[in-house]
Amino acid sequence: MASQLVAGNSAVIVGAMYAGCDCFFGYPITPASEILHEASKFFPKVGRKFVQAESEEAAINMVYGAATAGHRVLAASSGPGMSLKQEGITYIAGAELPCVIVDICRAGPGLGNIGPEQSDYNQACKGGGHGCYNNIVLAPGSVQEMCDFTMKAFELAFKYRNPAIVLADGVLGHMVEPLKFPETALEHKIDTTWAVAGKAETRGNLVTSIALNFDEMEQHNYKLQEKYQRIKENEAAWDGYKLDDAKVVLVSYGISSRIARSAVDAARKMGIKAGLFRPITLFPFPEKEIRLLAEKGCKFISVEMSNGQMREDIRLYSGCQPVELVCRYGGNLIQLDDIVKKIKEVA
Amino acid sequence: MAAKEKIIGGHPGIYASFPRKGGAAPTATHYCPGCGHGILHKLIGEAMAELEIQDRCVVISPVGCAVFAYYYLDCGHVQAAHGRAPAIATGISRAEDNAIVMSYQGDGDLASIGLNETIQAANRGEKLAVFFINNTVYGMTGGQMAPTTLIGEVTATTPQGRDPRDMGYPMHICEILDTLKAPVFIERVSLSDIEHIRKARRAVKKALQIQKDKLGYSFVEFLSPCPTILRMDAQAVAKFVNEQMEKEFPLKKFRDRSAEVQPVVRAESDYSKESLDKIFGCTEMQCIEMEKDREFAPKGVKIAGFGGQGVLSMGLALAQAAFGCGRFVSWYPDYGPEQRGGTSNCSVIVSGEPIGSPVVDHPDVLVAFNRPSLEKFAPSVKKGGLIIYESLAGQFQAPEGVKVISVPATQIATDKGAHQAANTAMFGALMQAGNLGLPREAYGNAFRVTFAKKPKLIPKNLDILEAGAQAVKLLEMASKK
Repeated sequence: MASQLVAGNSAVIVGAMYAGCDCFFGYPITPASEILHEASKFFPKVGRKFVQAESEEAAINMVYGAATAGHRVLAASSGPGMSLKQEGITYIAGAELPCVIVDICRAGPGLGNIGPEQSDYNQACKGGGHGCYNNIVLAPGSVQEMCDFTMKAFELAFKYRNPAIVLADGVLGHMVEPLKFPETALEHKIDTTWAVAGKAETRGNLVTSIALNFDEMEQHNYKLQEKYQRIKENEAAWDGYKLDDAKVVLVSYGISSRIARSAVDAARKMGIKAGLFRPITLFPFPEKEIRLLAEKGCKFISVEMSNGQMREDIRLYSGCQPVELVCRYGGNLIQLDDIVKKIKEVA
Repeated sequence: MAAKEKIIGGHPGIYASFPRKGGAAPTATHYCPGCGHGILHKLIGEAMAELEIQDRCVVISPVGCAVFAYYYLDCGHVQAAHGRAPAIATGISRAEDNAIVMSYQGDGDLASIGLNETIQAANRGEKLAVFFINNTVYGMTGGQMAPTTLIGEVTATTPQGRDPRDMGYPMHICEILDTLKAPVFIERVSLSDIEHIRKARRAVKKALQIQKDKLGYSFVEFLSPCPTILRMDAQAVAKFVNEQMEKEFPLKKFRDRSAEVQPVVRAESDYSKESLDKIFGCTEMQCIEMEKDREFAPKGVKIAGFGGQGVLSMGLALAQAAFGCGRFVSWYPDYGPEQRGGTSNCSVIVSGEPIGSPVVDHPDVLVAFNRPSLEKFAPSVKKGGLIIYESLAGQFQAPEGVKVISVPATQIATDKGAHQAANTAMFGALMQAGNLGLPREAYGNAFRVTFAKKPKLIPKNLDILEAGAQAVKLLEMASKK
């Protein structure tokens, strides 16, 4: 098995290409630009398609086009670019097309800065554009997972014909860690039952999100909601660390979860039974497990680089338990000491 | 009654009946009598059928009355957001080289909200036929001013008529696109009457022939009647198009380069693992498994200096050295306002266990290449820690409980004839004094990966590495005396 030191943003392209992705459309934005650079470097070497789009909107609509043709297509951006892409994402969700979008989240609102934040949680996990829809959202916590979760995102996107977002941040995008390269490469075949690919067998197909008739549109919405329900039932994933006897549970994803993990160890050394619950899927949120922990009497602390966006979900699924928050904004990482202090307060 | 409404059903390239439309008149279109859309649909259908390309065709229908082009045209269909069709077309065309892609867009769609996509797709020379319906108004949304609205024309949003002092002038899209190099074919035609429709038919067929031959971008603008919104009868609207619109938008073949250009043929996607392993260099990679080792003391190293001093690459070399020994390792280039200000720094963590935060706030070892970095980070170094700094930074008083070593790294590298390799001399100093728990040979071994593309540089760097280490060794011996 080949392994190498690789940056998180580069690992995304490795994962995408071994997952059979053959189209990349992007627009420069820090701290996601290296994904664009790597795509421009590697895609053409094996006949895969790369276009630097004129805008974020154009990039996501190129994604819509390649997804319409049934191909595996990737886009990457960061907060301000994700805001611009929302129009395209809601059309992709409405038309039930599969695609993967990587969000290397930066500090906001507005122009903000290029430091890391996790403030795109809501716009990734709660739809983000107009209409009632959900993206599948995966939250990697290491360079290895930047690769693996990109691959997994393609699998889920095609399984459900739905946009899937890999939600990371500026630290995960830029940090370098060992990466084990994938052991298989997927050759993607288009599904001619729904794709519109300029072929005889797809000539009768139509990709659209419009239904002027209210009842018809309502039926389409019911169908989408049933799909999201299926996704919730089947795809929720999480990772636990020292949860078995935990009284205080840190809930954290992505880069913050790594600091939280260190905080669990620090608290355990002080004799506090702390544990870490790390959602791997943010949509679907692992709600059953949160409920079970709440029923066991665990106290929750949400550790996130945003204003409690994830805390709202923990509150909801824990049966409206009080949930403490440790957060930082503006590009600053959460400090280990701040988490430990909060654990001590709660315990 | 319904059957008598038959307008374009049963024509080549058009479905025999329109079940996607539904309703009581399965062979009638939803378009108003006298509208240009029905005419153009018929022309496109005919051209597709005559060129025998229907299987390959994908029509992108716009936001606007023609959003339901997929009721009628017998080919593949996708519906677009307002203005985005050329981008969608790009995606389809790049993914499926054999597809013939058409975007069908009105003036608000193409010339207002989607002008950027329009110009950029044309400029890339995408394999795309754009059919642009210019009827001077937003039709479906209720007759608002479009970029193509004539001066003085009354619309829902120009009740006093379009005043160029406030609303600018009608935009001439063919003329704008004609300034670009890439387009193969650009023509403006009219759908006002039989005579004009004959010419329009030829333009449609030409635009699709170019797609069939994979020659590149073709654009046809149609001056098109919208009797309902313009509140005119069929004769009056034809007169409006022929006299007023044509005056502003002269009919013209702007260019036809189809005889002089070569087909655009894109490569096939290669999905094989062999090819991927090759481009990523997997065949040369080692198989390194990280093993947990609780006895191994984790170390955080901060390396800082000016951009261009090799700060980041020294960090990567250290990470590589640790990785080569099967240690858990992370490297992170720190963000900060200084990132664009000429200085840079990175964090490297070497550990026997999975690493939490990759950012080193309190380093065990600080390597400083200049004075500002030394002053900025020295106070954060752990008690019992070490600072290695470039001698050129001058005298420096060690913080309490911290050991300081001044290394003439630039001098060492310059003496060896490679002044730019000061970071290698520092790397040697780190190897000698850093106490990071890595075997000595790991440092030199790292060069095999970091200099993989320039292996000739390895012996020289190994030499400078040892010289850096030697300098520290001499300092240590001197201090012991």
